[in-house]
Amino acid sequence: MINEHEILETMEMFSNQHLDIRTITMGISLMDCADGDIEVSCNKIYDKICRYAGRLVEVGEEISRKYNIPIIHKRISVTPVSIVAAACGSSDYTPFAKTLDRAAKACGVNFIGGFSALVHKGYTNADKNLIESIPEALAVTDFVCSSVNLASTRTGINMDAVRDMGRIIKATAERTADTGALGCAKLVVFANAPEDNPFMAGAFLGPGEPECVINVGISGPGVVKHALEKVKGADLGVVAETIKKAAFKITRVGELVANEASERLGVPFGIIDLSLAPTPAVGDSVARLLEEFGLEECGTWGTTAALAMLNDAVKKGGIMASSSVGGLSGAFIPVSEDEGMIAAAKTGGLKLEKLEAMTCVCSVGLDMIAVPGDTTAETISGIIADEMALGTFNNKTTAVRIIPVPGKSVGDEVEFGGLLGTAPIMAVNNKSCADFINRGGRIPAPIHSFKN
Amino acid sequence: MNDDKNTAVITVLGRDRVGIIAGVANLLAEYGINIINISQTIMDDLFTMIMLVELGDVELEKSDLSDKLSALGDKLGVKITIQHTGLFNAMHRI
Repeated sequence: MINEHEILETMEMFSNQHLDIRTITMGISLMDCADGDIEVSCNKIYDKICRYAGRLVEVGEEISRKYNIPIIHKRISVTPVSIVAAACGSSDYTPFAKTLDRAAKACGVNFIGGFSALVHKGYTNADKNLIESIPEALAVTDFVCSSVNLASTRTGINMDAVRDMGRIIKATAERTADTGALGCAKLVVFANAPEDNPFMAGAFLGPGEPECVINVGISGPGVVKHALEKVKGADLGVVAETIKKAAFKITRVGELVANEASERLGVPFGIIDLSLAPTPAVGDSVARLLEEFGLEECGTWGTTAALAMLNDAVKKGGIMASSSVGGLSGAFIPVSEDEGMIAAAKTGGLKLEKLEAMTCVCSVGLDMIAVPGDTTAETISGIIADEMALGTFNNKTTAVRIIPVPGKSVGDEVEFGGLLGTAPIMAVNNKSCADFINRGGRIPAPIHSFKN
Repeated sequence: MNDDKNTAVITVLGRDRVGIIAGVANLLAEYGINIINISQTIMDDLFTMIMLVELGDVELEKSDLSDKLSALGDKLGVKITIQHTGLFNAMHRI
């Protein structure tokens, strides 16, 4: 018998602590949509996505009504387009992006991920074509997200691609300058990209994944913060235990929704991504949660330690709750999407270098960071290279989603609206790393990757 | 509350006033829904009612019951929520 306390606690989580299912993401393989004729290939893609995901939004809303749980996003991820497009004979892949955008709109989802390439060891011709098409593709579409995997622990870091992506990010910013470089908010580069991640902008369906799969991303920094408010002053062992319990409950909601969605859509359930994903809403912030540990402002000394513990305890609680944990699974620290991060970046207390340190112990990387528009392509590549090194050498996923906003400088702000939020322009160390970046080549895989 | 049964929990939170239980019970009767258990407490005028109901043939996901209940809540000045018991079992039971 469920008791009153449990019922009221659940109510409280959903009504006042912003617990929600952040996304139900349907992964769809496009492997069978390759064709020598680009138009035929695009038609196959459009038809297949609409056939598989036609009921996704409706089913999401049904589940939401049954349990009275907010399910914020319904999204689609697809096979990296560079693989599907390789045979098409054209070098401009923008038509594929337009097709994805059209399919996303027809299905009623709000993002579709997979305008992607996996180049951690080297480029195929198609990978090159895709990467060169990114600025235009993101400028002429609304819902398409793009990602490129530049490095992995098993292969090292493709520094040619790191160099090129600095240039591509700059070009994307210029091409979408009229919307505050919004294109860059839909573009992420990875080390060790997970193939089953349901969260944007980095979602794609990896080549090792099934035909069609349901992955669910959960959220709930507010729930964990609220749980911590009840153990003020307690030692950190108690704090870890409290986080684990909250994470367990959040994950179980995710599993319930994932199973139900999988059953209703007749598609296998892949993974639950148990990430603490903030939104710009007050009370839904990872930064404020870190401050609840006893920090005056996110970014001060102790932040990395608190984040490490938070991330670990969330995973431990979540893994007990579900046997299908995957994706990124950890705490997200996107600056523009987190009310507390925005506040700390504005006071200058939270700097890029501290964020980089934080990414050593959490699930993503430098995320939704706005920097001055005159930051050079080489400097952006340098920032990416450092982040790729953290991921590659520490055997974890890291990412960079950075936005060099044309015409803006430190002290300015850029507004993206909605869940993408508002970003204060952050200061960047501008001492040149151009000679390093322009060497190109590959940083070899770390010694500890040789495990066979 | 076992998983096989089509049951739900209705919670009513807000300021106490005449007609809350009557209002909810009447609406449920229209849908042929049986009330299994009611518990309520009042603390400092704050009314908390938890009701366990058997949904019978009503499928919450396809029914407008949830919308009707929250509209009734708005009329009575309280917050009324209905959730399938599967949620509570998932969250609070290993």
